[in-house]
Parts: sequence; C-alpha cells; structure tokens
Amino acid sequence: MATKDISPQDPMIDPETGEQRVIAPGHTFRSITEKLTRIVLTTHTPLGWFFGFALAGSVAMLLLVAVTWLFLKGTGIWGITMPVAWGFAIINFVWWIGIGHAGTLISAILLLFKQKWRNSINRFAEAMTIFAVICAAMFPVIHTGRPWLAIYWLFPYPNTMNYWPQFRSPLMWDVFAVSTYATISVVFWYIGMIPDLGTLRDKSKSKIGRFVYGQMALGWRGSTRHWMRYETASLLLAGLATPLVLSVHTVISFDFAVAIMPGWHTTIFPPYFVAGAVYSGFAMVLTLAIPIRKFYHLEDLITIRHLDNCGKVMLATGFIVAYGYMTDIAYAWYSADKWEFFMAWNRIFGPMGWSYWILIFSNIAFPLTTLWSRRLRQNVAYLFVLSLIVNTGMWFERFVIVVTSLTRDYLPSSWGTYRATRWDYMTFVGTMGLFTALFFLFIRLLPMIPMSEIRQILPGAKINEAELQHKGGD
Amino acid sequence: MPVREGIYGLLAEFDTPTQLVYAAQTAYESGYRRMDCYTPYPVEEAAEAIGFDEPKEKGVSRVCLLGGILGGLAMFTLETWVSVWAYPLNIAGRGKFSWVAFIIPAYEWTILWAGLSAGFGMLALNRLPSPYHPLFNAPNFRNGATSDKFFLCLEADDPRFDIGESRELLESLHPTSVVEVEH
Repeated sequence: MATKDISPQDPMIDPETGEQRVIAPGHTFRSITEKLTRIVLTTHTPLGWFFGFALAGSVAMLLLVAVTWLFLKGTGIWGITMPVAWGFAIINFVWWIGIGHAGTLISAILLLFKQKWRNSINRFAEAMTIFAVICAAMFPVIHTGRPWLAIYWLFPYPNTMNYWPQFRSPLMWDVFAVSTYATISVVFWYIGMIPDLGTLRDKSKSKIGRFVYGQMALGWRGSTRHWMRYETASLLLAGLATPLVLSVHTVISFDFAVAIMPGWHTTIFPPYFVAGAVYSGFAMVLTLAIPIRKFYHLEDLITIRHLDNCGKVMLATGFIVAYGYMTDIAYAWYSADKWEFFMAWNRIFGPMGWSYWILIFSNIAFPLTTLWSRRLRQNVAYLFVLSLIVNTGMWFERFVIVVTSLTRDYLPSSWGTYRATRWDYMTFVGTMGLFTALFFLFIRLLPMIPMSEIRQILPGAKINEAELQHKGGD
Repeated sequence: MPVREGIYGLLAEFDTPTQLVYAAQTAYESGYRRMDCYTPYPVEEAAEAIGFDEPKEKGVSRVCLLGGILGGLAMFTLETWVSVWAYPLNIAGRGKFSWVAFIIPAYEWTILWAGLSAGFGMLALNRLPSPYHPLFNAPNFRNGATSDKFFLCLEADDPRFDIGESRELLESLHPTSVVEVEH
C-alpha cells in the first residue's frame, strides 16, 4: 500500500528494505567533513544568520528589561496573587525543562537502543536541551524576586546564619534534579563534541580558529585507545542520563503531586509529566530541525526518515499524555471526593475552561488524529505547523494544571482568578528570544551535526572482512 | 614535558579502515607492542588488532562506579547531618531522619558524580588535555586523522623498533605514505 506512493528510483529509498534512508547515498568521509566544517569555518556568515540573530537578540532584550524591573520592584509586578501564588514562572519552568527532555532522550536513550538514525540530530537536540534548561532554571531563581538571597535558600553551604535548607521539600529536590541535569547535559554534550572540535582545529585556516578550537579539542588526535575509552564513557553517560531524565520530570511533578491541592495530588503525575516532556521536546526538535535543514541545505543528513521517526515518537508519547488526561478525570470520579470532582468539572467547564479545550485540541485532537498518516508524517510543512501547535498545547497543559487548580480550591470564599501582566508575557517571550539567540550562536560556532558519528554510519566505515581474510592469506 | 631529541615513531597513512586493521594485525604479529592507530571515528577492530582491550582495562567504568557511590553517600550523609544535627526542624512532631525524602537528592548526586567521573576520568586516562603531541608535527596527520585518513604509528620506544626494518614492514603494507615523526 505504502509502496504505491514511492517510486523505486527514488535515491532516498533503500532498495533492500524499501525504507527511507537515514542519510542520502553518495557521501564519503571527506564530503561529510567538508560540508559540515564549512558551515562553521566559513568567513561569509550568511546574511540570514545576522538577521535571525538580531531578531532573536532583540526579543531577548525583553527578558532583560522584564527581569531588571522585577529585581527593582519585586514579584508584585507579576500577575500572581492569592489564591494563584504560582503563575507563569512555574508554567514556563516546567514547559522549558520538558522541551529539554527530548534532547536527552535522543542522545542517551536512543544511543542505548542503538538507533543509528539519531546520529544526525543528537548534537543539536542536546544543545536544545542545554539552552532550554538555561531558560527553565532562570524561573526558579527570578521568581524569588531577590535571587542574591536565593543562594542560601537553595544551596546547602556553611553560612554565617548557621542556616541549612529543608531537604524534605520537593522544591529542594528540584534544585538537585535540575542542577544535576544541567551539569550532566553539558558534560555529555561537550564530550561528544571533542572529536569534532579536533576536526575544526585541523580544518581551520585562521590562527584564532586553530587556537580556540585547539584549546577546546583538548589535544584530541583520534587514538584508538582514546576512542575505546571514549566510547565506554559515552555509553556510561548515556546509561546515567537515561534514569536522570526520567527522574528530573518526576521530581518536577512532585512539586505538584506532593501538595494536597485537588487536581495535583495524583500518582499518575510522574509518568504523565515525563511523557508530556518528551512529546513537547520532539515537537521542539522538529521546530528547530525543519528550518535548519532547509537553510543550511542539510536535507542529505537530516532526512525525511528523521522527521518521520520524530513524528512516530510524538504519536506514541501523545497517547501516553492522552491517557494521563483520562486518568486525571477518572481519578476525580473514582476518588468520590467532591473537591476532586468539582476540580475536574471546573477545569473543563469552569471560567478557565477555554484553556482546557485549547489543550485538548492541540495535544490530542489535532496531532493524534493526523500523525497516523505516513504521508503527513513525511510532509515537512505539516510537521512544522504540528510542532508549533503541540508546543502551544503543552504550554497550556501546564497552565491548566497550575491555574485551574489554584483559582478554585476548597473554600469558595477564597476563590479568585488569574491574569498575567505584561511583565509575565515579556519574561516568557524573552526566554524564547534568549533560547533562539543561543541556538543561532551554536549553529554558527560549533558543529551542529556530529561528524564523527555520521562517519560511522557511512558504508565506507565497514571493515571489509573478505579483504582482510584475503590479505592474510597471501 | 621536557623537549626530547630524536624520533617519536614511524607513521603510515592508509585510505581505508580495512587496510589499517590489516596493517595493525601484521605489525602486532611481527612483535610490535608500542603502537597506536589514529582514526576519524572509533574502529573497534583496530583496537583488537593492537591488543588493546578496553572492557578488560575497566578504567573508565571503575572511576564512574566509585564516583557514583561517593556522590550518593556524600549527599545522603549531608542531608542526615543537616536534618538531624545541624538544623533540626520540628514539623508537627515528625521524625528528623526522614530517609525516604533524602533518597531523591542522593540519587541525583549519585548520577551527578558518576557522570562527572566518567567524563573527566576518561579524559584523565587518555592523558588529555595534551595540546602538544609529537604526531601533530607530521605533515599529513592534521589533514587526515580527524577527517578521512587512517594512521598506524609504530613508536620508537618499542624494543622491536628499528628505523630501517620498521619502515620496510610498513612499506610492505601498501600505505599512502610513511613518515618519520620527530619529537
């Protein structure tokens, strides 16, 4: 059935398996190296890059302004109030960190599963993780209003007040989960980049380039002994990052689940948060990969196969998310707890119900009905639109969880509503600018596709056993 | 590192990984032990050919395990000390040693220190960073070892090494070139 739409002459189809190829045929070690080093080492930065970077940078300025005003005035400038004491800051925190999770999934979990197709996209997915974690980690810090005090609120260190933090609080667990996640992501990313930095050092024609990439490559020379230890370290880091990434969003879900607020206090939260994180993260991978492959002409390396596979992962995780929503409602019904029951009703039909329907449309109704189609999964325009819709939906998921539960809790006399202020919006939009600006710097200055890993999946990388035997014979 | 006189070794360049593995096997069979291959991506067969068995060495894994155990213990001990002795908080009369809650940061630190140990341990075992290495003096090394060429270096420290004989051995393996590498 599917073979009808594809012509057998299509070079992107592997004639043996009938599947889309992971990378286009005809590439050699040299062509890969040339193609990917040129993006970084060129002296002619594309005009579009400057334009994009300037645009992203200006949006990031919004963040700077909003945060400066926040530090001068305090958190009163935000829309948070009683009873909604948690607002955009936590929504954005959870959203950003969730986006980061797909990077770790691609770089660690798919490495352990020996999914070779991940090789093209793992570097920039990991960069996405790091920048997303930077944006995420900013919110817990700035939401304190006085971040210079947050140091002793958050970190256990001997101070003159003889004060120590409270380790039974999920907010402290967050500190360790997120800081570990950021550190391990950076280490994994950097170690993965060392061989490619060596390539850049050797290919660079400018003195500064040779020096800077030379220092960053740490003297990498591709020794086989080094490679073997390097491979072990990569596997170990992948094996460590896998339980880590699952634990990070689990711990974040504890921020909610440990509270007794109706709509938060459920055991489905950890798995449902992790699945949602991967879902939105893959959407962000598509949001980034689709323009990049177009702009830098990387269709040979980031192929339809990659986009198709991302779509499949989203389909699977999307269904887990849908299951989470259903369980939430089922829990309210089964608990026979009138507050839980009211919460579920209020969430869907209450004054903030519109946000629930946005979330149902953009996370469930639209993606999970269309992603089944192979033809659509291989349609770049559809995927790009889908990725934006899913990320909007995932932001609303956190909005629904935070706001609808808080606006109407146990006591009707304490009910209220929530309205974000312009400072909330500026901070949020500003983090998107910061994220994009960092990403622009990354694709300009560092190798965004891991050359050493692409070389491994080229046909020329295979040892020819027959030739080896033959040589041994004469 | 003091500057040393003389040659570091003989460096043979090959075009394909198969040629390299064959050359490494031949050199190993001829009794050479102090040698190394240089490739633009990991070639496991080359490691086998020069008799390097990383799983047997277990260096990186051991450092990683040790780091993980120490990290986890350190955090758990800190939490216990803080909550029981240094800053005990009485919250509705609940126990001070709430070890279940302490597991979470201890778990994160196990991963943190295991990961840092694996990463930095790997670099340390590889004697990196080393901005200088004699091989960078070879004219063809920099353009190939990190992009598309495969190198075998017989090091002069090897007892079997003899500039004439070793060169003859390498030449017989049809390399693209054989060069002497100065220290």
